[in-house]
Amino acid sequence: MKGFFPIFKREFRSYFDTPVAYVFIVIFLVLNGVFTFYVGGFYDRGLADLSPFFEFHPWLYMFLIPAISMRLWSEERKAGTIELMLTLPISLSASVFGKFFAAWCFTIVALLGTVPIWLTVNYLGQPDNTVIAASYLGSILMAGGFLSIGSCVSALTKNQVIAFVTSFMICLVFNLSGFPMVLDVFASWAPQSIVDVIASFSFLTHFDSIQKGVIDLRDIIFFASLIIFWLYLNVIAIEVNKSN
Amino acid sequence: MTLAETLVEVIGLTKSFGSIKAVDNISLSVNRGEVLGFLGPNGAGKSTSMKMITGFLTPTSGTIKISGNDISVNPIEAKASIGYLPEGAPAYGEMTPLNFLSFVAEVRGIDKSARASKVDEIINKIHLERVAHQPIETLSKGFKRRVGIAQAILHDPEILILDEPTDGLDPNQKHEIRALIKEMAADKAILISTHILEEVESVCTKAIIISNGGVIFSGSPIELSSKSRYHNAITLVVINKDIEKTTKILKELEEVMTIEHVAEAELTRVTLIPHSSEVEISSLVKARMADYECEILQLYIEPGRLDEVFRSLTNQQESGEVIRS
Repeated sequence: MKGFFPIFKREFRSYFDTPVAYVFIVIFLVLNGVFTFYVGGFYDRGLADLSPFFEFHPWLYMFLIPAISMRLWSEERKAGTIELMLTLPISLSASVFGKFFAAWCFTIVALLGTVPIWLTVNYLGQPDNTVIAASYLGSILMAGGFLSIGSCVSALTKNQVIAFVTSFMICLVFNLSGFPMVLDVFASWAPQSIVDVIASFSFLTHFDSIQKGVIDLRDIIFFASLIIFWLYLNVIAIEVNKSN
Repeated sequence: MTLAETLVEVIGLTKSFGSIKAVDNISLSVNRGEVLGFLGPNGAGKSTSMKMITGFLTPTSGTIKISGNDISVNPIEAKASIGYLPEGAPAYGEMTPLNFLSFVAEVRGIDKSARASKVDEIINKIHLERVAHQPIETLSKGFKRRVGIAQAILHDPEILILDEPTDGLDPNQKHEIRALIKEMAADKAILISTHILEEVESVCTKAIIISNGGVIFSGSPIELSSKSRYHNAITLVVINKDIEKTTKILKELEEVMTIEHVAEAELTRVTLIPHSSEVEISSLVKARMADYECEILQLYIEPGRLDEVFRSLTNQQESGEVIRS
């Protein structure tokens, strides 16, 4: 993976060279606050836990993560810098992973901004901190899953708006794949086994079990393989598309 | 004398986009110490060829060897010996030239201890000191282009591929870049694309013209200019009042095929094109003018006009295409 680290560093810094980082982090934290305290009823529940906080993450990520990932490759293609990057003596996968991990680390930085909520709940009561730690892990993994989808989609177009809307749609499908509105489409014609497979792709189900404090290896493998799958597609998408 | 070392070797390069052949069976080679000028009208396939030679695009067919490495087999080794300025000199706009060059140096594997001094050296060489700490997107076109050239030569590559290195620069900047290319030419193989013909004369040792994806000329700039119908033509400058007489007496010379006039304020340039470019007519013309007491203010033998050759070669080809289809 020669070249991974310099690409990662450049990409990570670029968030902070532009207003993107600050705007994103502020909006992320404000929305998290709104969902936790108003919609989730953090105080009214009278429980010392963070489930009202984590419950909204799949929905929050669904549109905030595509906002980060939309520029990953579209911008390179539009500005022509992709030509510069792909003629450097590094492998394409080093660039794809470097960019992906930079975006992932940036999301983790934004998520770290929510630690005061964790401290608050410890001040107010005695929460199960291992459950909260597990939830953070689950949230990070899920963000990685969404990001890998967004990164791949952004490699398909020069247009960031198209990248955003398309990623948003795919993320929505992954969120809802355990719900009847997605399953019904398949139930009428596909065998039950396929419907079960589709249902098992739901981010909500996998995130839900981690969020309850159950770190099941299968959930971790699910997110890890999902990320690898989409990044692999990402590499292919660049190979096929770079000439257009 | 050592045998010329071929650093870039391209054989039968072809690229199709759907049914359109953007590049059609191009072969070329560049040795160490050579500067190859890659010419052609816009859309002829120059940039596409360069994108394949640098490993950005995969050719439909053909082989590309860079310092002995086949770019499709050992892409990373091949890319390591190339410095490339893509068309339009793209760079990360939010970065400063200093950070951008440090990034390129790091990816290029320049040692951490040597990196800062290497970047400083290039910044001084290309005269980027004044803008080193400004975001690249705020720089003028000339500076952006220089940043692009700086990143291409940073690792002192033995092969330089520059896509329109002087496009959009003012005459001083153009001169500077050409001087830089000439300075580096001795121990590198350089391939530059351009549509500025004076550039070919001033920096290139070889030239290739492509049109509609195929090579239509390959040779030295001198060979190229000798294809001009003005090759060995005579141009003389005379006072306007003498013009009629001059034309009359020179027309009578059998060796002269055509006479062209370009009138300036009080003088006229008269160009005599001989029937064959082999024939030396200057002494003949001088004697004739002396006989009739016409004053010659200036007289010179034309080496050939590149823009005229370029136009006739590429137009011929285009009209040829029309007839065939």
